[in-house]
Amino acid sequence: MINTLLEENHMQENSILRAKYAAKNLDVYYADKQALFGINLDIMENQVTSLIGPSGCGKSTLLRCLNRMNDVIDICSVKGSIRLDGQDIYDDGIDVVELRARVGMVFQKPNPFPKSIYDNVAYGPKIHGMIDQKSDADEIVETSLKKAGLWQEVKDRLAAPGTGLSGGQQQRLCIARAIAVNPEVILMDEPCSALDPIATAIIEQLIDELKQKFTIVIVTHSMQQAARVSQKTAFFHLGSLVEFGDTDQIFTNPQNQQTQDYITGRYG
Amino acid sequence: MPYTTTISIFVSLCLLVTAYFWGVKRAIATKRSQTALSTQVKFHSLPGFHGAYVAIWCAIPSLVLFVAWQTLRPNFLPQWLAQDMAGLVLLISAGILGLFFAQKRIASRFKARHKVETAFSLVMLLSSLVAVFTTFGVVVSLVFETMRFFSKVSVSEFLFGLHWSPQIALRADQVASSGSFGAVSIFAGTLLITAIAMLIAVPIGLFSAIYMSEYATPKFRTWAKPLLEILAGIPTVVYGFFAALTIAPFMRNWGFELGLEISSESAMAAGLVMGVMIIPFVSSLSDDVINAVPQTLRDGSAALGATKSETIRLVLLPAALPGIVSSVLLATSRAIGETMIVVMAAGLAANLTANPFQAVTTVTVQILTLLVGDQEFDSPKTLAAFALGFVLFLLTLGLNILALKIVNKYREKYD
Amino acid sequence: MIDKMSRHTKKRYQAERRFKIYGLLAIMFALGFLGLMLSTIALRAIPAFTQTYIQLTVEFSAKILDVDNKRDVKQIARADFQKIIREALYAEFPAANKRQDKKHLKKLVSSEAGYHLSRDLLAAETTDLNFIGTSAAIWVKSSDDVDSFIKDFISREVDEINRRLNDQQIGWIDSLIADGKLETRFNWDFFKFADSRSPEDAGIRGAVMGSLFTLAITLMLSFPLGVFAAIYLEEYAKPGRITDFIGVNINNLAAIPSIVFGLLGLALFLNIFGMSRSSPLVGGLVLSLMTLPTVIITTRAALKSVPPSIREAALGIGASKMQTILHHVLPLAMPGALTGAIIGMARALGETAPLLMIGMVAFIADIPTNINDPATVLPVQIYIWADSPERAFESKMSAAILVLLFFLIVMNGLAVLLRRKYERRW
Repeated sequence: MINTLLEENHMQENSILRAKYAAKNLDVYYADKQALFGINLDIMENQVTSLIGPSGCGKSTLLRCLNRMNDVIDICSVKGSIRLDGQDIYDDGIDVVELRARVGMVFQKPNPFPKSIYDNVAYGPKIHGMIDQKSDADEIVETSLKKAGLWQEVKDRLAAPGTGLSGGQQQRLCIARAIAVNPEVILMDEPCSALDPIATAIIEQLIDELKQKFTIVIVTHSMQQAARVSQKTAFFHLGSLVEFGDTDQIFTNPQNQQTQDYITGRYG
Repeated sequence: MPYTTTISIFVSLCLLVTAYFWGVKRAIATKRSQTALSTQVKFHSLPGFHGAYVAIWCAIPSLVLFVAWQTLRPNFLPQWLAQDMAGLVLLISAGILGLFFAQKRIASRFKARHKVETAFSLVMLLSSLVAVFTTFGVVVSLVFETMRFFSKVSVSEFLFGLHWSPQIALRADQVASSGSFGAVSIFAGTLLITAIAMLIAVPIGLFSAIYMSEYATPKFRTWAKPLLEILAGIPTVVYGFFAALTIAPFMRNWGFELGLEISSESAMAAGLVMGVMIIPFVSSLSDDVINAVPQTLRDGSAALGATKSETIRLVLLPAALPGIVSSVLLATSRAIGETMIVVMAAGLAANLTANPFQAVTTVTVQILTLLVGDQEFDSPKTLAAFALGFVLFLLTLGLNILALKIVNKYREKYD
Repeated sequence: MIDKMSRHTKKRYQAERRFKIYGLLAIMFALGFLGLMLSTIALRAIPAFTQTYIQLTVEFSAKILDVDNKRDVKQIARADFQKIIREALYAEFPAANKRQDKKHLKKLVSSEAGYHLSRDLLAAETTDLNFIGTSAAIWVKSSDDVDSFIKDFISREVDEINRRLNDQQIGWIDSLIADGKLETRFNWDFFKFADSRSPEDAGIRGAVMGSLFTLAITLMLSFPLGVFAAIYLEEYAKPGRITDFIGVNINNLAAIPSIVFGLLGLALFLNIFGMSRSSPLVGGLVLSLMTLPTVIITTRAALKSVPPSIREAALGIGASKMQTILHHVLPLAMPGALTGAIIGMARALGETAPLLMIGMVAFIADIPTNINDPATVLPVQIYIWADSPERAFESKMSAAILVLLFFLIVMNGLAVLLRRKYERRW
């Protein structure tokens, strides 16, 4: 406990941020159709980076490249490089399973497993060999649910099915599930788009707390949300990265006309 | 023999379970000793994967060896090696060797998960190929035996000959016919019975489908549809029983009173019962395709002032025709391939007749009667069954492919 | 003009009504046929569930049972118990002393009665042999003719020449009834015995066990193979020519007539692999090849209905493909796969033709004890009985059909329950 506090203090003091992810000349194709064009983007450690842009602009595609979820789609091919802590994640020697243990993901629609709340959270640690005995699992489940702000609500019904929770609770359960494996990065694909405003507010607050420990990349349709939760914002249009910079700067003083049009609601 | 089989299966299972837990235990032990040395070492795979890896290495050599031993046993192995016990010993020793080889490889960075995943996907692939191999086996065995048949009996005699009497002298000194294999009367009998069955099944099935999809209340539908499907689920031997012991005697008595001569085994009795059996094949697929016709067509017709039956006859049926045709084709293929009803109710006599009240025989009946009981495998009589089987296979396959083609075309139209 | 129009409309409405009635009639015909068939069979089956017994006072005479007075169980087991029963019958009706009379008299009891008597008495090796020399009143099975007479299948009104029992025999039966020495009991033996040449002794136990062994083999092979194949096609195979080819292949396999599978079984398993004829092992192999397409097709549908979001959730957390399938996708698809397997099993249970071809049609009076024993199955037993001339077999056969239908109803009911319970809407 003391250790983590020290670590946090240390991080806050240290204002020189390290790039967690570095994408270089990234092209992504779905069969013959190119979805991303020469993306160059650095994602900073312990910050929230939001990816915004109109539908079909490639922001979700980029997000899915970061933990290689695109591998599931047969026709998807990737050129260029994405480095995580300096190592190319599309290298042959990389084990996707280990990569995804380091990079967690939260999806647009809450998708808890049709199992108990406990099993939902304990599943990741179990398959990654983080559990030697039952008490390990109990501890991980409790701390993860606490970090996700769900502990108080579900601690008496851990054996109840995760699918029986409300939408906002389900999404927090999915966040708890993602952080249970102790990842370095959490990817969020429009995590609030299926939730009501109150649940959204809770999740946004949670994101703000989580950035202390994790690097977060979030795709969002809501510009207010991007402005509220993120430090860096990247604006995509038609598969290209149009503008990338500090969130404050993007929203108050965009350099590019397209960005300007988008954030002022002229299209999108 | 049976007990050795049971013992072998039991021993192999025990060996597999041992191998699995051995692997798990070793993996955990290795992990413990390494994490004690340094916390930096990360163990690649879960202990369970190591266990599965060892178990796979235990299973494969013994399985390969066992299959080899089983195939070589009858002809190529010396007496002492061909005994059941020898096989059991081979099985166990191969398993243990594999186990020792595999458990040596357990280490922190050993990618047991990758190996197990590959093995898993290979097993899945092989399983899906079983279906392909089965089709292949059917085709090869039919073609092979049919060719042998045609080396003894000419193709033209088989396809165009009118006389069918497959009995052949078993010994040289017996006075008997040399057998003649003109299958026309069999094909004609099959055709007759199938035609009778379709005459029953098509109108009744079609009208049932129309009523179910267009007129029936939801409540009626939920009850009547499953009841109708029961007809397809009743074993054919039950229909055969009913045809032979209830319908046929009834028809004979009825014919007797009218002065008609109806034999106790008749194409009519078999065809009638078979027709009822395949009603659900026609009705459920027709029901689906009629339901799939877009509602807009119904509304359009109704808006012109057509009555419901006019809409059905003039709009829905033409639109659903391809689907209905393919359902009829599938049902026909079913009727041609049906065996038990005809065996029990239609008879064995190869009569070339169009009279539905006489006994006729079918392809399936002949296959069965030629092969049931003791037979030499080389005689034309036995081989004839395979030739008939080949004809049956080609016929039903052709009908199916045609039906699927038509239905797919139809789907494209409305998707 | 309007009048003409309305007359025309009237006609159209009549046509409409006729059309609707045709539809209803079609359904009624089909369902009526089903009802008629099932009720006919059920009615015919009733006699098979009872059996007539005759009470006789038998004397276990040492002269017949233990000729050399050694009291050896094995030797006594081989003694002529049927003779003891015959003697008891002669004693019951002393008036029948002519050869011809005695011949008719002994036809009142089952020809297997002595065998069962000896089996009941000498069940264990260390049987108490004190019964020798005593006499006792026992109930023995009547012959099937007496049974048929009691069940009114043989009528007194028919001329004696055309009747299977003559007037004298009927007289004896009447006197047995009058003395309370003839009664009808529930026929438990029908469920306990295997097939027999004597209808009163024929049961379905052998066929039920044969079906059980055969289905066990079928299930053990076709279920895992079918599920694995479905997993490969849905989760691993890349859509393309080869996958399509396998899919089409499976669809065609489902449509091959069952008798062709019999030919395959005969050529492959019996002639090439030299496996034993008539065995549940070969029967199960043939049926599993037939059932495979059903299992594959239903399991594929079940796998398809598992939403992709579950796969994404598992993969996103770092589960491998195999873990995703085994931990999440397959458990959710399992009810569907099981339903498919049960439906396939139900079809396999009713299958007759391919099993006839691999020799499961032989007359087998022993109850099979393992998968290599010669055996028959329920539907084949029905077929065998259908070929028998005795009147009593007709009701046995109907009863066997009822048993078969009972199993089918249970299996299909199970499938429906499974589907209802685990049906999930995403």
